[in-house]
Amino acid sequence: MELHYDTIENLHKRLIKKEIKPSDILDSVFKRIEAIDPKVHSYLKLTKERAYEMAKAAEERIIKNDNVTELTGIPLGIKDNMVLKGVETTCAAKMLEGYKPPYTATVLTKLEKAGAVFTGKLNMDEYAFGSSTENSAFGPTKNPWDLQRVPGGSSGGSAACVAAGLCIGSLGSDTGGSIKQPASLCGVTGMKPTYGRVSRFGLIAFGSSLDQIGPITRTAADNAIILKHIAGRDENDATSADIAVPDYSALLKDSVKGKVIGLPKEYFIEGLDPEVKQKIMDAVAVFEKLGAKIEQISLPNTEYAIDVYYVVAPAEVSSNLARFDGVRYGLRDKGAENMIDMYKKSRQKGFGRETKRRIMLGTYVLSSGYYDAYYKKAQKVRTLIKNDFDKAFEKVDIMLTPTSPTTAFKIGEKAADPLTMYLSDIFTIAPNLAGLPGMSVPAGNDSKGLPVGLQILGKWFKEQDIYDAAYTFQKNTDWHTKMPSIY
Amino acid sequence: MTTAEKYEVVIGLEVHVELSTATKIFCGCKNKFGGEPNTNICPVCLGLPGSLPVVNREVVRRAVKTGLALGCKIAARTKFDRKNYYYPDLPKAYQISQFDMPIAEHGKITIVGKDGSRKEIGITRAHMEEDAGKLVHLTKTGQIADAEESLVDYNRGGVPLIEIVSEPDMRSSEEAYNYLITLKSILKYIDVSDCNMEEGSLRCDANVSVRPWGQKEFGTKVEIKNMNSFNNVRKALDYEIERQVKIAEAGEKIIQETRLWDGGKAKTFSMRGKEGSHDYRYFPEPDLPPFEIEQPFMDEIKKEIPELPVQKMDRFTEKYGLPLYDAGVLTQSIETADFFEEAAAKCNEPKLVSNWMMTELLGRMNEAGTESISKTNITADSLSKMIQLIQKGTISGKIAKTVFDVMFKEGGDPEKIVAEKGLVQISDTGAIEAAVDKIIAANPKAVEDIRGGKPQGMGFLVGQIMKETKGKANPQMVNEILKKKLG
Repeated sequence: MELHYDTIENLHKRLIKKEIKPSDILDSVFKRIEAIDPKVHSYLKLTKERAYEMAKAAEERIIKNDNVTELTGIPLGIKDNMVLKGVETTCAAKMLEGYKPPYTATVLTKLEKAGAVFTGKLNMDEYAFGSSTENSAFGPTKNPWDLQRVPGGSSGGSAACVAAGLCIGSLGSDTGGSIKQPASLCGVTGMKPTYGRVSRFGLIAFGSSLDQIGPITRTAADNAIILKHIAGRDENDATSADIAVPDYSALLKDSVKGKVIGLPKEYFIEGLDPEVKQKIMDAVAVFEKLGAKIEQISLPNTEYAIDVYYVVAPAEVSSNLARFDGVRYGLRDKGAENMIDMYKKSRQKGFGRETKRRIMLGTYVLSSGYYDAYYKKAQKVRTLIKNDFDKAFEKVDIMLTPTSPTTAFKIGEKAADPLTMYLSDIFTIAPNLAGLPGMSVPAGNDSKGLPVGLQILGKWFKEQDIYDAAYTFQKNTDWHTKMPSIY
Repeated sequence: MTTAEKYEVVIGLEVHVELSTATKIFCGCKNKFGGEPNTNICPVCLGLPGSLPVVNREVVRRAVKTGLALGCKIAARTKFDRKNYYYPDLPKAYQISQFDMPIAEHGKITIVGKDGSRKEIGITRAHMEEDAGKLVHLTKTGQIADAEESLVDYNRGGVPLIEIVSEPDMRSSEEAYNYLITLKSILKYIDVSDCNMEEGSLRCDANVSVRPWGQKEFGTKVEIKNMNSFNNVRKALDYEIERQVKIAEAGEKIIQETRLWDGGKAKTFSMRGKEGSHDYRYFPEPDLPPFEIEQPFMDEIKKEIPELPVQKMDRFTEKYGLPLYDAGVLTQSIETADFFEEAAAKCNEPKLVSNWMMTELLGRMNEAGTESISKTNITADSLSKMIQLIQKGTISGKIAKTVFDVMFKEGGDPEKIVAEKGLVQISDTGAIEAAVDKIIAANPKAVEDIRGGKPQGMGFLVGQIMKETKGKANPQMVNEILKKKLG
């Protein structure tokens, strides 16, 4: 039975009708993984045994009709920066090889309660630093649409596995675009919720003021299902918002009639691939045809976003990653002669190049004498960027932009040039600095057959607006149903 | 003028107080001293990857209470910051502390000298932070440098601390000592900490400098650490002042540095130069949003603050007519003060209660090393009853000491003790007359001398009569009757 490319919505219907069992879906997914994942390398670790136990428990719930949710029995992959008790969690870093956390992230506890089944831990850029998954210490993930190309990053494994039918949905995390950009490059639907919407407890921190967990799926409807189960206030995360979680999937509306959609001119600039631009304008035309009102808008401080991001995020990184010192867990260099030497050698061996680059950047901008010039100033500009959005959202309901300026690039193409790589997130970074929710949905393929992603931005905590727009778009297009022909 | 008198001493103190809350500052672990190493720990206070801090509301409450009791202005809005540095006892490699927006600032407390002179010592700030773990060095020689291995106990990690920084307002080691006694007394009054210096729940670092009288600028300051008792603080300061004066007199430069007090050698030793001073790279803790201290919360806490030691001392001198010194001693702890007031109210003899407490009760407690009156067998009720027995003439002051002895050792009701031990005073005129007659008859020489105008013998005769009555005769009556008989 081929079930690995089915949607959560459909699988749920079949599960409760008892046409299929959770283990049937798992069989299909694991068969697919065995055949395809050696080529894609989206998983770092499979949790097969545990998955079948979870599927068995889900099946019992379904038989007894005991607290069955839309996720009961649905196989999901987890980005390897979310801790799962007793299961190796590495952040794709050598530093954490073999590290088994003694507790479970809030999102995973919630998914477990909903009856979801975890297939395994997914590849990513080391500590989520990157836009291509090439920075994984355990080898890159390949784009299922073209194995010579990157899947984007840092949640490259999470996007690639959904695109290749290696799970039904997955969790990624997004700091500067790490869900949206790989979703775009892999032709899947990825949501980065409002900062504070989803608990970060158990998410290994990158940029604490930016990090957010979100779902990657093949449809907006599936995405809404996962988000509603993971969102909400968590007593263990002081930055999680105490705002009620709507039933996103039940509330989905197939209409954008009368909605005002903003097109920020700063997102249609030079450097944007003309083919990408064309697909985005085609998508805009779909919305217009469906009765939305299109407005040209401006977010004047957009040009500073990357600079601000590469001050603020590394600053937090330098502090967040200081705990990986070889004292308590993870890699410790055995040849060290004293304490300082142990710190130095362990960190030298445990961290990859990009990780070291960001730690150095962050340490520098927080140093006495530079703090005001960099960190403090960046925070001020961050406020200006947020104010841009605040103002623009007075006039529009959502915004449409390209997710990334290009489609998937070749492995190795940008690896040597961090600045070019950083530009890959140019459209996702500004809204993330503002804490806004945003989604990437497939909007067609370029002449090479590579997917283009449309970014939909909404107001703070108005994920519903984004879901409605994405859902409507997907009701009227079939880009999201196209999957790579990989066998 | 001696050499030392040519210099003005300037001292500022930094006091760290562990709050005696039930749980730690950022997690639910028990806040408990000692115990098996690494038993009161969890992912949060271990700083495990993915864990997040959540502020313990009780810590904020106690910090506000402390601030108010120290006459500080409480911040309407406050936040936490990260202080970054590497040490194995600091599991996140940063300490969550408060940098530029402490919860309390600009306070002052009054210290009272032995002569009754008063002085205000400014409180620069009081802020909340977390404690670090404890290192145990496995070494044969007792020297850290020779340790083959070091172990870390994180039970103390995350224990809530308040750091109280004074202005450089103290001008002698005596004032510094006085400040500490007063501060400790206030903190115990408001019941935020047990202030046990031996157990490390109160720790003190001192900044000290000297300057020629009249000089406006401060001299180069030296920080002294590792003083584990108030007496040691005084000794260390005296040593350090002498050291600095010698250097200044020799025309040499005092080096800005941190010095450790070695109690055994009674000397301070240089620890590290401050020129390579730490860059802690403070920045706002992104995991804990800034928060407001709301007025109702503050008002509620204000109501809980009792009359503080100095006010109480003043009231004791005025209301009860106690000498300043006695009032000072009796008000050092709220328990002692309450005991005094209760006993004084019961027997209406405040002066006697004070005398008995000062000379007998507190003296015996000191000898026995008893910390609080509640741990002795004496109650306000029993002490006041005993004093009433003296007042009624049932027992003499001298016998009362015997009664008090029994009460202190075994407890019990003074009336019963007096009855059981046959200690009732003889106030029967007949019985006393008989004894007086007997002694007069037995000592013709002394009687002769007194009658001959040498009254010195009176004391001897009274002593003999008291001996005859086994100390139970009412001394006043003995005097009167003897005088009458000798006419």
